[in-house]
Amino acid sequence: MQSHYFDHNATTPVSLEVREAMAEALSNVWGNASSVHRFGQAARQRLEASRRQLAALLSCQPKEVVFTSGGTEADNLAVLGAVRASRRERRHVVTTTIEHPAVLNACSQLEREGVEVTCVEVDGGCRVDPDSVRRALRPHTVLVSVMHANNETGVVQPVGEIARIAREAGALMHCDGVQAAGKLAVDVEALGVDLYSISGHKFYAPKGLGALFVRQGTKIEPLFHGGHHERDYRPGTENVPGAIALGRAAQWAAENLASEAARLVELRDQLERGLLARIPDAGVNGGGAARTPNTANLWFDGIDSEPLLIGLDLRGFAVSSGAACSSGATEPSHVLTAMGLSKERAKSSLRFSLGRSNTSSQVEELIEAVGQAVAHLRRLSPAYAHA
Amino acid sequence: MPDDLIAVAMSGGVDSSTVAGMLHRRGVPIVGLTMQLWNQRRMPDLSPEGSTGRCCSLDDVYDARAVAQHLGIPYYVVNFQDRFEQQVVRPFIDEYLAGRTPIPCTLCNNFIKFDQFLEVAAGAGASRIATGHYARITRDEATGRHQLRTSADTAKDQTYFLFGLTQEQLSRSSFPLGGYTKPQVRDLARELGLPVAEKDDSQEICFVPNGDYAAFIDAYFDEQGIRREATRGELVDRDGHVLGEHGGVHHFTVGQRRGLGIAAGEPLYVIATEPATQRVIVGRNEELLRARLTARDVNWIAIAALDAPRRAAVRIRNKHLAAPAMLFPTADAARVEVRFDEPQRAVTPGQAAVFYDGDLVLGGGWIE
Repeated sequence: MQSHYFDHNATTPVSLEVREAMAEALSNVWGNASSVHRFGQAARQRLEASRRQLAALLSCQPKEVVFTSGGTEADNLAVLGAVRASRRERRHVVTTTIEHPAVLNACSQLEREGVEVTCVEVDGGCRVDPDSVRRALRPHTVLVSVMHANNETGVVQPVGEIARIAREAGALMHCDGVQAAGKLAVDVEALGVDLYSISGHKFYAPKGLGALFVRQGTKIEPLFHGGHHERDYRPGTENVPGAIALGRAAQWAAENLASEAARLVELRDQLERGLLARIPDAGVNGGGAARTPNTANLWFDGIDSEPLLIGLDLRGFAVSSGAACSSGATEPSHVLTAMGLSKERAKSSLRFSLGRSNTSSQVEELIEAVGQAVAHLRRLSPAYAHA
Repeated sequence: MPDDLIAVAMSGGVDSSTVAGMLHRRGVPIVGLTMQLWNQRRMPDLSPEGSTGRCCSLDDVYDARAVAQHLGIPYYVVNFQDRFEQQVVRPFIDEYLAGRTPIPCTLCNNFIKFDQFLEVAAGAGASRIATGHYARITRDEATGRHQLRTSADTAKDQTYFLFGLTQEQLSRSSFPLGGYTKPQVRDLARELGLPVAEKDDSQEICFVPNGDYAAFIDAYFDEQGIRREATRGELVDRDGHVLGEHGGVHHFTVGQRRGLGIAAGEPLYVIATEPATQRVIVGRNEELLRARLTARDVNWIAIAALDAPRRAAVRIRNKHLAAPAMLFPTADAARVEVRFDEPQRAVTPGQAAVFYDGDLVLGGGWIE
């Protein structure tokens, strides 16, 4: 059976050019980048070339890029590192209810360490109001952490405005850019953020690769303790082939950003239009806001997304709903409930996230399959009024 | 996706894994589904490492997934935690607090496995389900009714827990192990090379660690912020003489001897619990004998209704040897009066009375 993949916000396949770059690096660039000899120097040279590719994607200086093991580590390094480095007696953090667990649970850890945390709520369109961030600030706020684009809805947050408010108040600004990098043009200078996290496997690099932008002069405590790698921010022998893969993926994303975004917006709109035309009592979550080009999140009244997702997978269409818990079962998305959706509507929602491999004819097949599956579920549903 | 897809309820145990293996070998298109029913980590003090009865533990999901991968079948975990708490765990606790002794497995069968699970399976495209229950489903060609019969392995028979199944539910279910004994199922599991072939059998109440339901209820009270003092009360004899104190009626079930904490000349047993007064009434073994009972919310399987008195063999506990009795219809069609030929020990409110004619399940109801 042919399978079509519409879950690119979960992860992306490793692209051909990244596979080739990494395979070449695994064969040829195996030296320790910290070694003095020529093997080490060769590895160091390639590592720094990759760092420049990342810097180009984020519009920062290469020395402001710290390689990490992924988005979760980048978020933890930013949030825990920035707050732990503050010498203030009372410390306060402002974040939002729609952040990824990598930020929310890092904040929970800080609470256990005696730090005060405020979670700002979002409106029904999944947007953070900069004024509510302003109201949440306290004299001892040391960090504001707001994501660039939401993983569930794709809604883009007013990060530039929030960063200005944070920095005026003397707080550092972290932005989780895991769902934005590679999809939106990112300019950390223009945004005015101090810390920005990215994850390679969201833009066609392998898993286990990420980076954190750390603005020059920003003090953060490392998570790990070891050698003097990555300017002491991140000890551990550098994963040079991984960095090369991440750099290659960043280069492709930077070069193709505008054209790929335009193509994906068209497919996304085709998908939303097609589903809404075919399926009554449905709607787009976060549809009114600026969104990443590839993400569509729709609710379908009267159905449960769990059998819908399984039924679609059995028909060869991979989509997602909510968050996976440790067993692999799904839970209603905390993002959708934070937007004010009822539990039923959150449980009736499905996320479609498009990417490089998707085509217009795949989207047509998806519309047909979802239309059939929703109609089938509604026929079985006592909760859905058969009008 | 095939039209005749069957969803196999996979718990990660040897029985349901063998069902998946058997059907797959026969070429039946199947999808494996595991129900996530309960999160044991909610009450960590209750289930220390190595304790038994960790239902829906990550280990069980891991085992079910390993079996699905071994067979090469599609496999998913479905989240029923909210439903299970609402429809099984809370009623289970409420029943104990009301002085009855509930059977959560029957509630789970009625409201989860043969209701929500059927619905989710159908929603995903599987119109029928298969489970690892030890029971058989047949069809009465004369009446067209679906029948439930006891398992070939009488020691493992689970029909006592399945008396609530409707005709619709039976028509969409199959129990492929009904004709086998447990040792045969283990042999089959080994033959199929299933990674769980040697796994221990699960215990009776899956979400209660070590079978200590009273400790579970206390831990749930703590989690929900319910004060425990409110459940304390007195142990009394038939004449109301106070013999001692107890920590809550939910610690007691009719016929129980242990844990009363009273020294008496002769063995004393729980005769009844009175939740209204929080009293537990104790007495001698003979006082436990009852010749009749009334069953409520009766569900009929082999027959459409009880039109006239008829003979049946009646089980009042899972391990109870079916006792000969007469069934009498009452003015309320959902109630049946049972009169045993010989008085039975410890007729326990909250348990089921299941009526048999040979290996055929006539129906059953809840003991009042």
